[in-house]
Amino acid sequence: MSGHSTYEPKTGIERWLDTRLPIVRLGWDSIVDYPTPKNLNYWWTFGGILAVCLMIQIVTGIVLAMHYVPHVDHAFASVERIMRDVNYGWLIRYMHANGASMFFIAVYIHMFRGLYYGSYKAPREVLWILGCIIYLLMMATAFMGYVLPWGQMSFHGAVVITNLFGALPIVGEGITTWLWGGFAVDNATLNRFFSLHFLLPFMIAGVVGLHIWALHVPGNNNPTGVNVQSKADTVPFHPYYTVKDGFAIVLFLILFASFLFYNPNALGHADNYIPANPLVTPTHIVPEWYFLPFYAILRAVPDKLGGVILMFGAIAVLFVLPWLDTSKVRSMRYRPTGKLYFLIFVLDCLVLGYCGGQLPDDHVIPGLSTFTLIDADLNSFVWLSRLATLYYFGYFLVVLPLLGLTETPTAQPESISTPVLSHPAGLPAGATAAPEKKG
Amino acid sequence: MLRKGIALAALGLALVAGPALAAGGAATPKHVDFSFKGPFGKFDQAQLQRGYKVYREVCAACHSMDLVSFRNLGQKGGPFYDPAYGNPNDNPYVKTIAAEYQINDIDSETGDVIQRPGTSADTFPNPYPNEAAARAGNGGAMPPDLSVMAKARHHGADYIYSLLAGYREPPAGLQVTPGQYYNPYMAGDTTPFWTGEGHAPEGGFIAMPPQLAPDKVSYDDGTPSTIDQQAKDVAAFLYWAAEPKMEERKAFGFGAMIYLVIFAGLLYASYRRIWRNVAH
Repeated sequence: MSGHSTYEPKTGIERWLDTRLPIVRLGWDSIVDYPTPKNLNYWWTFGGILAVCLMIQIVTGIVLAMHYVPHVDHAFASVERIMRDVNYGWLIRYMHANGASMFFIAVYIHMFRGLYYGSYKAPREVLWILGCIIYLLMMATAFMGYVLPWGQMSFHGAVVITNLFGALPIVGEGITTWLWGGFAVDNATLNRFFSLHFLLPFMIAGVVGLHIWALHVPGNNNPTGVNVQSKADTVPFHPYYTVKDGFAIVLFLILFASFLFYNPNALGHADNYIPANPLVTPTHIVPEWYFLPFYAILRAVPDKLGGVILMFGAIAVLFVLPWLDTSKVRSMRYRPTGKLYFLIFVLDCLVLGYCGGQLPDDHVIPGLSTFTLIDADLNSFVWLSRLATLYYFGYFLVVLPLLGLTETPTAQPESISTPVLSHPAGLPAGATAAPEKKG
Repeated sequence: MLRKGIALAALGLALVAGPALAAGGAATPKHVDFSFKGPFGKFDQAQLQRGYKVYREVCAACHSMDLVSFRNLGQKGGPFYDPAYGNPNDNPYVKTIAAEYQINDIDSETGDVIQRPGTSADTFPNPYPNEAAARAGNGGAMPPDLSVMAKARHHGADYIYSLLAGYREPPAGLQVTPGQYYNPYMAGDTTPFWTGEGHAPEGGFIAMPPQLAPDKVSYDDGTPSTIDQQAKDVAAFLYWAAEPKMEERKAFGFGAMIYLVIFAGLLYASYRRIWRNVAH
């Protein structure tokens, strides 16, 4: 895709600039004439949606930072002051808080799409790894941002998460003290979290630049997973995908707005409207919803260090995924068995998320006591978490490596255009999403 | 070092596993059809005024409301909003209410500690000079600040209403420590204090005695002053105090939604037109 540039400067200024800094050429080649497979479905619109999410977070965040006071005595009140006394402060702050959740909804769909269509496979390994780095940075940013209002969940969440590093042998205690900037989560911690929360989004933006660069070298994957072979397989990015992505972005913004205007606190936790008090621990410390699957994995292990290792392992395994999947077929569309395992994997992640929000010892099926295995009743969320954790790792470490060697994939089309042209009505063979069927 | 590490790890695990120990549960708050619920819900101004009266005559004796200023009462959507006074600081109700309070200040001429009548720019004064005084006055319990109480509890205004109107005699077999009161809507665990048969009753203990009584607050608009009505009104007032910009938010949202839906329709039409000749 990074072939010959088709940009032709039309005005004197463009010609002058093009020989000095070909920035207009870069834009032209990247978002106007960029050849894009013509069969991308709506799952592919989440890249654009994520770019919008990042921009919303940065713009609202910069305005919030103008009014926020990073001090343990003033942080909570300053956030409420934004809500009450800053012009449209309620809009900016709720946009930022709900925007974080929307960002994660979009990133999870984006990642599942990559998993389903094999977008991590050669030659897109670097693209995938850069995406994993963005995800890791997002998690760090979101965690530190949640600490800033200095409510009860902010404070005690920060205590629990920073204490995880204390589980590391020998260096653990030193690292925790270093992270805190003292011997407890306190003003120094809040200050540095604010500083880093401001910094990381710009690092994300930088890695997003690399991510897009790494996308534009091999070009987009597509629902068939078959390589682009000729110009007949592609359309220029503009106007074809600017309009399609634009439509999807606005649909996504409608979802965003329904939370923002009508249920702004639904995705948060009530306890975070109680000012932080180190002496009172909330009865039920839970992270934000987007961390719940990892929280479930952490709690699934009876040993703290083991839990921490497994939790970070759950993210680390994504980095090596391109080398774990042995199948030569990219798209799960042509891997009937793989598709089944993938669907179970999606369900598994949802189950983990649900478990993360429950009390570990509560019964999954209410009122049914079975027998105690190791440390908990078999009918408990901790055991369901263990089962789900097993499948999570099993999918990456056992299913994907072995399945590629043993399964029989169904026939793949010769090219992207073939399945389209073979149907007189212009319907793609085996298309899953409905709305884009009509040409 | 290693031993310390293990101790710290154990502490961390205890924190992580902490929720496992929390048992028992409060009764689900009763659902109230507040006027401000729903996407088009607005505050009932008469109710906010009654709620303010309950707050002022009952709650404010012990509870602070640090984040709310007198001027907020006269803002759009507030209990004493009057369209004739676009600037709430000029609102005569607001000025009168503020002036009824004495606010601690420093005399700028002499530097002496003085008290002066409140202005609309002042925040509601705290009933206690500091936390220790608040605890000392309430049997060791700290009356929480009410500014964002309606957002700081699950079920918000429903919870506040249910708690205030939900006090009842403890069931036989429940030992209540002096200075504590049983309330089925209070979070907690009654199991250690239960000697009766079967499951311990839901709810917990609260240091605040029942506050509302019939006709404790006299309503100027003729609404019967029952416990139920007082609890509803003050819950609505506290919801307003926590979300004073709610009406503005929902009105803005309505416009934004219409804009987005039209925009989506236009984009979809453009999409269909641009792609009409591409088989895909």
